[in-house]
Amino acid sequence: MELSGGEILVECLKSEGVDAVFGYPGGAVLHIYDALFQQEQVQHVLVRHEQGAVHMADGFARATGKPGVVLVTSGPGATNAVTGIATAHMDSIPLVVFTGQVHSALIGNDAFQEVDNVGITRPCVKHNFMVKDVRDMAETIKKAFYVATTGRPGPVVVDIPKDVTDPKVKIPFEYPEKVAMRSYHPTEKGHSGQIRKAVDLIVNAERPMIYTGGGVILGRAGDELTHFTKKLGYPIVNTLMGLGAYPSGDKQFLGMLGMHGTYEANMGMHHCDVLIAIGARFDDRVTGDLSKFCPHAKIVHVDIDPSSISKNVVVDVPIVGAVKSVLTEMIELVNQAGGAKKAQALESWWDQIEQWRGMKCLDYKWSDEIIKPQYVMQKLWEVTKGDAFVTSDVGQHQMWAAQYYGFNKPHRWINSGGLGTMGFGLPAALGAKWAYPDEEVACVTGEGSIQMCSQELSTAFQYHLPVKIISLNNRYLGMVRQWQEFFYSGRYAMSYMDALPDFVKLAEAYGHVGMRIEKPADVEGALKEAFAMKDRLVFMDFQTDPEENVYPMVPAGAGLNEMILV
Amino acid sequence: MRHIISILMENEAGALSRVAGLFSARGYNIESLCVAPTHDDSLSRLTLVTSGDEFVIEQIVKQLNKLIDVVKVQDMADTAHIERELMLVKLQAFDAVREEVYRLADIFRGQIIDVTESSYTVQLVGPGNKLDAFIDALGSIPVVEIVRSGALGISRGPRGMLVPEV
Repeated sequence: MELSGGEILVECLKSEGVDAVFGYPGGAVLHIYDALFQQEQVQHVLVRHEQGAVHMADGFARATGKPGVVLVTSGPGATNAVTGIATAHMDSIPLVVFTGQVHSALIGNDAFQEVDNVGITRPCVKHNFMVKDVRDMAETIKKAFYVATTGRPGPVVVDIPKDVTDPKVKIPFEYPEKVAMRSYHPTEKGHSGQIRKAVDLIVNAERPMIYTGGGVILGRAGDELTHFTKKLGYPIVNTLMGLGAYPSGDKQFLGMLGMHGTYEANMGMHHCDVLIAIGARFDDRVTGDLSKFCPHAKIVHVDIDPSSISKNVVVDVPIVGAVKSVLTEMIELVNQAGGAKKAQALESWWDQIEQWRGMKCLDYKWSDEIIKPQYVMQKLWEVTKGDAFVTSDVGQHQMWAAQYYGFNKPHRWINSGGLGTMGFGLPAALGAKWAYPDEEVACVTGEGSIQMCSQELSTAFQYHLPVKIISLNNRYLGMVRQWQEFFYSGRYAMSYMDALPDFVKLAEAYGHVGMRIEKPADVEGALKEAFAMKDRLVFMDFQTDPEENVYPMVPAGAGLNEMILV
Repeated sequence: MRHIISILMENEAGALSRVAGLFSARGYNIESLCVAPTHDDSLSRLTLVTSGDEFVIEQIVKQLNKLIDVVKVQDMADTAHIERELMLVKLQAFDAVREEVYRLADIFRGQIIDVTESSYTVQLVGPGNKLDAFIDALGSIPVVEIVRSGALGISRGPRGMLVPEV
C-alpha cells in the first residue's frame, strides 16, 4: 500500500485505535485534513480555539484513560495549544499533539506562521519530535503513542513540516508493531526487597496514614488501593488529583489533604508515624511548609517516576514502580503478615482521628437569602447521585467541588491540578461527554474561568454535547479575592468582575438553555430541571455569596497543623 | 560539591537543548558543558560540571535520566576517574615577562603554541584545579584572553559507559 504522509498519519491513528481527533485546520496541516476528510473511521471535532482542542483531548483522556489526540496548524495554532499541553504535562496526562510546521525549506526563515514548535513546547512535554522525512512518519507516531502512554504518562508533540505530508509523495506504508527505544525503559515492577521493607514498616505502624495521588488513577490501581486500605484498616487521604481512587463515602476516608484539605486529613498527616505515599508527588499545595511536614513519620513512597522520589521530601523507603504492580505485591505481603499488628495503638489513633473529624471542618453558615456555593455542590452531588463526571475550572469553585462532591470512582473528577488552568473546565467536560455520551457530565466553574474558553459553547452545539454548566457566580475572582482579604488587608486589586455578560443570553445565543438562579430555595429544583433535559446543554448561572471563603485553609508557609478553620 | 557528569545521548538535533533547557528550567547551575561525537555515530557524549549538595545532584541525575534522548548518565564522583581540561591562554609578553611565562609553562607542562613580539599563547592540559593554579601563578602578567574546553571525564580501568540494549 503506497500512501502520502497525510494518509500515513491517519492510518497510524486508526492502528492506535483513535476514534476522535480534536483540532483546528490551517495552512500547514491542509494535506492532513484532506486525508482525514476522505475517511470516516477517525472523526474530527472542530473546536473554536486550539487551547480548547487540547483541553478537550485532555478531558477525553482523563475520563477514559486512553490517549487524547490533537491536530493544530503551525504558528499561532501551535502557540495557542501550549497552555493545554502544559496543563496535561503538569498532571501527567497522555496526549499526542500533532502540530503543523512550515515547509522544510522555509524552516528558520521566519516564514508565514512559523514558530519553533519543538523549542517552544520542549519544557512542557514528556517528549517531542519533528518528522523530517515521510519515511520516518509511522515510526515516529508509534514512538509518540508509546512514550505518551507508558511510564509516567504525558503529552508528546509531533511537529510535521508541510512537505512531509505532500499528497504527491507516496511511499509504502506499514505500521510498526513494536517500538524499541534504548533510552527509554520505564520501570514497572518495584524492587522486592524494598517492598518487603516497606510492608514491615507498614504493618507495624501505630499511627499510619495512607496518602495517595493522581498516580493511582493514572495507573488504574483504584481497586488495589481500596483492597490494601481496607485490609489494613488504616486512614486514607487523597490529593486533589487523587480523588475518586478510594470511595469517599467510606469511613476510613478522611478527605482531601493540603491547603484546603480537611482538618482530620491534615492533622492526621502531621501526627502520623508511618506515611504511605502512593502515586503522589509531595506538591507544595499538599505539604505546606516542608520543614514542618510530617515531623514524626517514616515515609514510604511508591512512584513510577524516580525523579518524583525525594524531590521535595526525603523519604525512608523509596519504591520505583507502577502503583498497581507494587500494591498487588504489598497486599500479598500484608496478607502473609496477617495484617496490621498494633491493634491497641491503632484504636487510640482512630479515637484521635474521630476527635479531629468531630470538628466538622466543612460545616458552613447557612443562609435563606443568598446561595452558598457549598450548598450547590452538595445538591449537585444529590441530584447526580454522586455518579457524574465532574470537571472544574480553577479557583474557589474548584476547591468546593473537590470538598463537597464525594467522588466514589476514579476518572470522574477532572480538573487542572498542577498548572491550575482557568478555562479548562468546559472543553474538558466536552471531551468527557464525547467519550461517554450517556453519562452525566457537569462542569463546575465560575464567572471568571468560564469566560476563558466560553467559545467552546459553539463546539458543544455543533457536536451535540449536552453537558451541564454549574457556574458559581460570585462576581469576584473568588480565590484572588480571598487571598486579598486575608493577606492584603482587603485591597481587592482587579479581583472584581465588573461588566459581566448575561450568561443566560450567552447560552441562548449559542443555541443552549440558560438559567439564572438567585435563591437558595431554587437550587435543588433548578438542578433537577437542568439534569432532566438530557439532550440540552444547560448553563446554570448561580448567583452565590460574593464573600464566601474556602475553608479550612493552610496559609502559604504554614505547617499542615496550622490551619485556619473558619 | 563539584561533580562531573557524563551523559551519552542520541545524536539527534535538539538533544543538547533538552539538557541545557533542563538546567535552566530547574535552576541547576552549569559550570561547564562540553559535547562531541563518539566512536558510535548514533551517540553524542556530553560532559558537564555542576555543583550542589547530594540531594541536588541526585535530582540532576534523575532528571537527566528522565529525558527521552538520554541513553546513559554517570556521575563521575561515584567512580575512580580521570579529569582533563584543555586551556589556551594568550598573554601579553614583553622583555623579562617572556622568560617568566616560558618557565611557568614548563613547570605546568604546558606548551607555547603561538608567539608574537608582544604575546605568547600557552596550551595547558590537566584537571580544572591545575588550570586554575596556572592562572593564579601568572600573578601580574597581563592576560589577553583565556579559552577553556570545560572538563572531560573518563573512568579508570578497563570498563566504559555501557549502552543499554534496545
